[in-house]
Amino acid sequence: MAPFKKIFCLIAGLWSRANRPAKHLSIGFLTIGGFVAGVMFWGGFNTALEVTNTEEFCVSCHEMGDNVFAELKTTIHYSNRSGVRASCPDCHVPHNWTDKIARKTQASKEVWGKLFGTIDTREKFQAERRRLAGHEWDRLKANNSLECRNCHSVESMDITVQSPRAATAHQTFLFTGEKTCIDCHKGIAHHLPDMTGVEGWE
Amino acid sequence: MKRILINITTALGLVFYATSALSDGTATLRQGTPITSEAEAPPITKEENTDVKRVRNYPEQPPTIPHQVRDYQITLNANKCLSCHARTRTGESQAPMVSVTHYMDRDNQVLATVSPRRYFCNQCHVTQVSARPLVENEFIDVEDLIKGEQ
Repeated sequence: MAPFKKIFCLIAGLWSRANRPAKHLSIGFLTIGGFVAGVMFWGGFNTALEVTNTEEFCVSCHEMGDNVFAELKTTIHYSNRSGVRASCPDCHVPHNWTDKIARKTQASKEVWGKLFGTIDTREKFQAERRRLAGHEWDRLKANNSLECRNCHSVESMDITVQSPRAATAHQTFLFTGEKTCIDCHKGIAHHLPDMTGVEGWE
Repeated sequence: MKRILINITTALGLVFYATSALSDGTATLRQGTPITSEAEAPPITKEENTDVKRVRNYPEQPPTIPHQVRDYQITLNANKCLSCHARTRTGESQAPMVSVTHYMDRDNQVLATVSPRRYFCNQCHVTQVSARPLVENEFIDVEDLIKGEQ
């Protein structure tokens, strides 16, 4: 019990100090200083958040660089006629702040995975692939493919320039809200896991 | 000494043969570009994406694919083609079903799913491009052949 008591005493001491009015510092210093410190903290927090939201950061782990990033390179989201590239966070991190923080908090589990080498070999990754892909499909299904729609909106989709079968499929299933992007467009940016039992796949 | 002589003669012969083959206008894949220089690559042609069926040149011809198939995965894990063309998927997709022969094993027993020997679609079915043929094609449709004889 002794260590708990020690910790309790420490917290109680800190609290009693924080609870006391400032003896030497002026109210002006505390207000302005607090404001400046707040701005610096907030700026620093957002900068750090943005740093972890770059392709460079994502592929700095070999788990991403050697597997999913290598697979992305041949697809249309990496290289295409109009020169627009969707990098990792464009699809995998919500752009809206609240959802972004929620996803980033969730991603702390991935740090755990990295530390303990859950997918540190190709074989381990392949073995977990169905489960991991499932997480992303569920997420996109739940938010109605929001990350797809950040670029591909129904309003700006001109089906007259699509191939007839694409136009029909989008009219029948997308415009009616019967299906969402991810229902049909799985595996557009990465290799697919074993699709046995996945709806719409043989 | 004799062996060296034979080798030299063979080498000279090969060189002579090769140069004469080139100089007499024999078509090569290099299209007459000297071996020391790199030919300009032909432009990449567009993949047909009309969704209009092409006529088969003979009854057993595997139908060509009238649409783009970029990034369609056909692997041990997944087969993108079958997510439209499999029997159970055609209701939703309205795509033509893969023929019943694809469900047969080599003893003509019909299986519940596509037979492993017919699983890899693009072994036989290919997309078409708008390229000009590299060599002249003298193929005559059997129907035209019959009509011609009558």
